[in-house]
Amino acid sequence: MNLKTALMGAVATVALGQMAYADAHEGDRGRDGEVKVIYWQAPSILNPFLSGGTKDIEAASLMIEPLARYDSSGALTPWLVEEVPTVANGGVSEDLTSITWKITSGILWSDGTPFTSADVKFTYEYCTDPESGCAQLTKFEGVTSVETPDDLTVVVNFDGPTPFPYGPFVGGESPILQAAQFADCMGAKAPECTDENFGPIGTGPFVVTDFRTNDVIQLVANENYREAGKPAFASMTFKGGGDATAAGRSVMETGEFDYAWNLQLAPDVIASMEAGGMGTPVAGFGPLMERIMLNQTNPDPSLSDEERSVIRPHPFLGDPAVYKAMSMAIDRPLLVEVGYGQAGKVTCNWIPAPEAVNSDTFTCDTQDIAGANAMLDAAGYMDTDGDGVREANGVPMQILYQTSTNAVRQDFQALIKEWWSEIGIEAELRNIDASVFFGGDPGSPDTFQKFYADVEMYANTFNGTDPQAYLGNGLCDNAPSPATQWQGENISRFCSEEYDALYAQLTTTADADERAAISRQLNDIMVEEGGMIPLVHRGRLSAHATSLGGVDLNVWDSELWNAADWYRTGDNR
Amino acid sequence: MTDLGIQAKADDLKPEQAPVKDRNQWWDVWDQFRSHKGAMAGLIFLTFITLFCAFGPMVWDVDPGKLDIRNKDVRPIYVAIWDVDAKTSWARPMGTDHLGRDIMANIMQGGRISLAVGWTAMVLAILIGTLVGVLSGYFKRLDWGLMRFTDLVLSLPILPLLLVMMLLFRDPLRAAFGPETGIFMLIVAGIGITSWMQTARIVRGDVMALKEREFVLAARSIGTPPRRMITRHILPNVLSPIMVSATLGLATAIITESALSFLGLGFPSDFPTWGKILFDSVDRMTAFPERVLWPGLAISLTVLAVNYIGDGLRDALDPRIRGL
Repeated sequence: MNLKTALMGAVATVALGQMAYADAHEGDRGRDGEVKVIYWQAPSILNPFLSGGTKDIEAASLMIEPLARYDSSGALTPWLVEEVPTVANGGVSEDLTSITWKITSGILWSDGTPFTSADVKFTYEYCTDPESGCAQLTKFEGVTSVETPDDLTVVVNFDGPTPFPYGPFVGGESPILQAAQFADCMGAKAPECTDENFGPIGTGPFVVTDFRTNDVIQLVANENYREAGKPAFASMTFKGGGDATAAGRSVMETGEFDYAWNLQLAPDVIASMEAGGMGTPVAGFGPLMERIMLNQTNPDPSLSDEERSVIRPHPFLGDPAVYKAMSMAIDRPLLVEVGYGQAGKVTCNWIPAPEAVNSDTFTCDTQDIAGANAMLDAAGYMDTDGDGVREANGVPMQILYQTSTNAVRQDFQALIKEWWSEIGIEAELRNIDASVFFGGDPGSPDTFQKFYADVEMYANTFNGTDPQAYLGNGLCDNAPSPATQWQGENISRFCSEEYDALYAQLTTTADADERAAISRQLNDIMVEEGGMIPLVHRGRLSAHATSLGGVDLNVWDSELWNAADWYRTGDNR
Repeated sequence: MTDLGIQAKADDLKPEQAPVKDRNQWWDVWDQFRSHKGAMAGLIFLTFITLFCAFGPMVWDVDPGKLDIRNKDVRPIYVAIWDVDAKTSWARPMGTDHLGRDIMANIMQGGRISLAVGWTAMVLAILIGTLVGVLSGYFKRLDWGLMRFTDLVLSLPILPLLLVMMLLFRDPLRAAFGPETGIFMLIVAGIGITSWMQTARIVRGDVMALKEREFVLAARSIGTPPRRMITRHILPNVLSPIMVSATLGLATAIITESALSFLGLGFPSDFPTWGKILFDSVDRMTAFPERVLWPGLAISLTVLAVNYIGDGLRDALDPRIRGL
């Protein structure tokens, strides 16, 4: 009996070992069952053109894809096209005014119809419709027309030499929509097309079967996906909502989910979760940067919607002495230690990566409360009534400091509030549920775009390695306002003629080194003139189950960029 | 009970004896209340926690918002009993959180807010509930309308309602009363106006029954106006259900406030309440269990105490149980 059991056990072990060996993540489509992804910020729409939120863009990247995207090393990779056009291979014209994309033949939409150049052209028209309030409009800046000589060729023409023509249709923020599906959703009707916005037909590895807004998305493998045997998973459950702690636990401690996105948690918390043994955290440094945005306009609630955070200048935040003192009072190394540990670095720059674009003009790694106080004193901001708060022209320097609800951000708020109180600036704290704060709903007063506060803290980043489109966020006419349904990326309402002129120069410069130099200058203007106070250069920390293979954390594009390549490892299948 | 009855009869039989000193009926209530052990324990705990929060900060003079990053993650003093190497300090008997804020000071300050919200919201709910209940029970013409209104409010879900109220009134209230008082009023109003309905229903039922009693008929026959009828004859007789629902209402209000803070709504993040302390500590629950234990215990024990007091009061205020 004992012998028999032992023998059977040995046989089973051998068999198992062979099975594991044979697990060369190849096989039929849908062989690995279900994969569960958790994003603690729930997607509220699956159309990235109508939302600036990373959660929406990344969820949508499972369905709709761009022509080319960045891989995990930051290199441009052809995606729906045969190759990345360059001047060398003739894809980009000599005068840098047009780029020609050759679509790979045979790509089908998930409904079985062929993917053609007409869809690409339609996407351009959809986003640039003046009434649509497209959130990704900066991607199409300078594009005069999109031509379709044949079904598989797209020519994008620019209004001038465009040295970096990889803005339109590249990266997770600029995917292609299906013309047939969205034909009736142009312009002002765009937000009303609920069915389309909640279930875009795409070329990606998955297809939406059920979308519950701000909750859960059910997806199944796309039967018409271009690569045989992919995706390995037959279905995906994309759960949204909750908080980063619960998401981290559900992957690393309990193993209920396979992938958790953006775990912005204190380092000791991550370490204790990792000890759970069900999953592994993965980190990567992209251009993600936690900052405090300084409102250039007056957010006074007694002003009307038309004026509030739109036109009037802020009573005192525009003064260099004020925002520089506020920045000097911050102990950034301590913030890194408290909030991010290994996944954070001190930064004084808006664009901290890639390295060539990282400016070295500023230093900010030592706290200087005395210096900050002296600076405010010299500028004439005195505490005249003895209540510990300075006055600016008779108005106490009290500011409303808002951010999203998140343990690390609330810790930062508490620390920074304390430091600011030491220099006589009183901060009132407010935290708003992340789904609302980043939701972009024009009906809510609490979105980061409306910025009904004096300062607000959040992190932002850009896809790809070229910061041109991201630097476009600092242009005067990119400020959100009621006229644009509060869409727009210039959150602090920064406006500088010098900046706009230098940006125009960047758009005509081809040489890579020169482009980097101009980008650094633009970065310096934004920080020097008080558009924002950079705090921490953040690595992105996500976690995946140990049984989930193929994860390649991409900080330059959507994290789910290679979901088609994910598979189940070992004997957990 | 029978002893008392016999004693009373015996007193009647001895008219020559000095008249028995008038005994206030509240002494009887108190006697009965004292015999309920749970209620007494609840009363003692509630008094203790109220005094602890109200006068504690005067003795324990530490600013609850003061960050002291060098002394972060200090364990409570009792941890030293089984773990000598643990980071403990007599200056921080209940330890500090991950930013070095003193936990005892935070529990006191949080308790002040939580209890204040609880009491104010309860008083508001009782006032509205009694008013609606008496009016609809006493005046037939108002009954239908008021009761349908009660049904309507009963069907309002509190969380979405509070979110909408935040959206509409936060900025005007903040401008008028400052951030803390503004939010306080908003939360109190939100809890108050969504929890008076049970009281109204109970009071209405009692008032309708009382209205048909002989003493009310007698009072009416001598021409007592409705205002006096209500204040003199009806209200004193419905006092016991009102007091019981008041205690239950206090418990509900504290729980609701904790739930709101726990969800990250409500008060700003630098404004501790018991629910908020709990919310902030959940991340490090396994490493520092005391940080969820203390606010959690405070909430549950307070609510339990209040419930026992309500139970005891119900018994004490019922003349049939009291036997008089």
